[in-house]
Amino acid sequence: MSLELSSIPHLEEFCALGGSYSDEQNLQPKDVRTLAERSLHSKKLVNDLDEAIRLSGLRDGMTISFHHHFRGGDYIINMVMAKLAEMGFKDLVLAASSLTDCHFPLMDHIKSGVIRRIETSGLRGKLADAISHGLMDIPVVFRSHGGRAYAIESGELAIDVAFLGAPSCDAFGNANGYSREGDTGIMCGSMGYAKQDAEYAKKVIIITNNLVPYPNAPFGIPESNVDYVVQVPEIGNPAGIMSGATRFTKNPKELLIAEYAAKVIENSGHFYDGFSMQMGSGGASLATIRFLREDMIKQNIKVGFALGGITGSVVELLEEGLVRKILDVQSFDLRAAESLKNNRFHQQISASYYASPSNPGTAVNQLDVVVLSALEVDTGFNVNVLTGSDGVIRGAIGGHPDTAAGASVSIVVAPLTRGRIPTIVNHVNTIVTPGRSIDVVVTDQGIAVNPARPDLKDRLIAARLPVCSIDELRSKAEKIVGKADPILYTDKVVGIVTYRDNSIIDLIYEVKE
Amino acid sequence: MPLDSLIILQEGTRLKIEKTAVAGTMESSDIMVTLSPGSVGGIEIELESSVEKQFGNAIRSTIQDVLTELDVKNAHVKALDKGALDCTVRARVKTAAYRACNCDSYQFGGQN
Amino acid sequence: MDTYKLRRTMMFVPGNNPGMVKDAYIYGSDSIMFDLEDSVAVDQKDSARFLVSEALNCYDYNGIELVVRINDPRTKVGKDDLTAIVCTRKAIIRLPKTECAEDVTYCENVIAEIEAENGIPAGSTRMMAAIESALGVLNAREIAVSSKRLIGIALGAEDYVTDLKTSRSSDGIELLFARSVILLAARAAGIAAIDTVYSDVNNMEGFEAEVKLIKQLGFDGKSVINPRQIKPVHSLYTPSDKEIQKSLAIMDAIKEAKERGSGVIALNGKMIDKPVVARAERILEIAHASGITF
Repeated sequence: MSLELSSIPHLEEFCALGGSYSDEQNLQPKDVRTLAERSLHSKKLVNDLDEAIRLSGLRDGMTISFHHHFRGGDYIINMVMAKLAEMGFKDLVLAASSLTDCHFPLMDHIKSGVIRRIETSGLRGKLADAISHGLMDIPVVFRSHGGRAYAIESGELAIDVAFLGAPSCDAFGNANGYSREGDTGIMCGSMGYAKQDAEYAKKVIIITNNLVPYPNAPFGIPESNVDYVVQVPEIGNPAGIMSGATRFTKNPKELLIAEYAAKVIENSGHFYDGFSMQMGSGGASLATIRFLREDMIKQNIKVGFALGGITGSVVELLEEGLVRKILDVQSFDLRAAESLKNNRFHQQISASYYASPSNPGTAVNQLDVVVLSALEVDTGFNVNVLTGSDGVIRGAIGGHPDTAAGASVSIVVAPLTRGRIPTIVNHVNTIVTPGRSIDVVVTDQGIAVNPARPDLKDRLIAARLPVCSIDELRSKAEKIVGKADPILYTDKVVGIVTYRDNSIIDLIYEVKE
Repeated sequence: MPLDSLIILQEGTRLKIEKTAVAGTMESSDIMVTLSPGSVGGIEIELESSVEKQFGNAIRSTIQDVLTELDVKNAHVKALDKGALDCTVRARVKTAAYRACNCDSYQFGGQN
Repeated sequence: MDTYKLRRTMMFVPGNNPGMVKDAYIYGSDSIMFDLEDSVAVDQKDSARFLVSEALNCYDYNGIELVVRINDPRTKVGKDDLTAIVCTRKAIIRLPKTECAEDVTYCENVIAEIEAENGIPAGSTRMMAAIESALGVLNAREIAVSSKRLIGIALGAEDYVTDLKTSRSSDGIELLFARSVILLAARAAGIAAIDTVYSDVNNMEGFEAEVKLIKQLGFDGKSVINPRQIKPVHSLYTPSDKEIQKSLAIMDAIKEAKERGSGVIALNGKMIDKPVVARAERILEIAHASGITF
């Protein structure tokens, strides 16, 4: 049988034609094994981490990445780094979506030269303390979630190998943050930050304790993004990965702030049926949802979509019909993770979908209201969520600058003072979110509106909220706690804080003891 | 015990720092002050504070001021601070000082 | 219109807790009562006294009315409390467990001495008395008129029900007599009447029912033990729009009648007599003090 190809009109238009079919050219034998056998012998399924690392082609000086969906319960980063150290790797760039206090063993790998430099959203605990005191020669690059997505997309952050822990994965690499079968008690819900790395990294290794039958649907990461799958006994400590449900605060000061924040939202001009919101996981943010709920019911207002790191409090509203849809880049508690698994209107999204500035339709740009926390706010409305009042790194940028820039009304909630530490200051230690993107600062002792938003100020005054200037808040705080001595630094830069467009917004210096 | 471990009250009653005394708690916004007879002469302050960098000097000078007001010239002060405000520091030091002197003839007036 | 002193809520704050003493003013209660008595352990009386007096000296508490509950002034501890607090010149002295007029006058005499010794204007220290026993309730009338320094009397129900050999119920029937007597005594003396605390912070329904009851009885306000209790009291005590509009109409009618030189005042066909006017005035006073503009 032979086809006359030249009879096809305009043959020159079809460049991809492979010529005539012939059995002789198609020599690959038909795979007649069972699905079970095929899964067992999947080429992506490798014996152990060593093999996966060797196959990935990782070399000294390359960039490796990790996600932080396992939070304080993460075993992946320490496990992989120990293996890389054992295998003799040097000078690696560790680019994690974030790091927490359980990652202090990285200090040894920094000292021994396995890690040359770090990129992350945040640092906490002993590792943060050591870096603030000059542990590393090359400064840590801090990126927001949206900024990291953009850096990955633009090639500024090129990931050679991504090591992504997953609570479930099949033999071909379909991975997710939960499982519909063979639940091992570990779930993290959304894999939003891992999705981004899986899509762009040159090689992707999924590390799972739970190998499930093909297809692991629904999946957070599709097999097309995955090169190798490794099964290990443990990927994390469930207790550290997430708590049952984020507890509702009984702290009267947080409740007071939350009540003010809810009133600010209700009177912002953005409280209408179908409005969109994002709430942080702090006590006051969570309580804000409770106060808002009462008025949503009274005024028959529903949330069009809730975005972000998602908590059980938001899920409750979804189940009550007060929130129509949830876009979830990171599930904060078990309640949220279970909802992602069971409710089809609770959608998993990637870091880029969430917040990348390269994407004009990015979800943060569709926000009416965001409620954010702060370690410090200064009289220029600049916000610090990264360094403590003692100058030491102890936080994470997260989606702070992304949501503040995107939301029509960005609200920062914070107590005026924490113990003897003032929250409203002349100059924040570290600028993470520029003041021009912050609209309202809500404290227990007054509400300040950015002068750039006279419209909002008028609305809040009309609603008889305790509006005052940010300078008044600052001097009130100082009157209570006294004048703080300035923190002393050396001239060594230990951290570079980037804004979401990859520009540098501030530098963190080594703290002088 | 050094002879100058004294509190001189306004009436002129002289009382010695007789023992180690504690005031305050380890809770947030409090300061636990332990006052004992001094061993080196003068006021010796050992401060551990969650806000050392920002307010360590302010706390030390408040402790010194209160002891001066009470005319205590020789004492060892150990203070564990959890972010206490100035008025709390003052109150805890006063309480510890009177307790250390076994004195309950308080002076409240004459401040304003 | 004279400034009417709102006393819808008096928040109790344990005197030896620095965190609570520091933040007490942010919750918007009309008065704050720092406690040196029952909430302070016997061996921490000195500590609480210094803490409260230093705090009073340091902070202005945004001009909120400040009250300090002292220990029995006939004891050394209570006398020290009095001296410390009177010398701050910042707070009203709350006398606990008042049983008779002599309890008040005894305390008043001590205060007068302290004022004299410290160059504080005589009579400038104000007092209030808490009635917490059967005897105290029976003597409420003489207590209420026993001193010009008294700004009000309050019911302390926990000790009172124990004295009666009963306990508190949800409808508060056991307190009805004491509440009525204390209220009458206060009104007859022209001073404030403050109701007792409601201890179950998690039972908001029960709390609101009790607030409605004491408001209807005529009390100026309620003692609260948690910031969460403040808002419900204030909303129950705040006059409604309807009440305000009606009161304004009454005041207009009076003004108009006066201009006409007419003695008879009527509104919508109804006679307005003196008590109606007085009630309207009070509603407007409360509304004004609550910050409502009209």
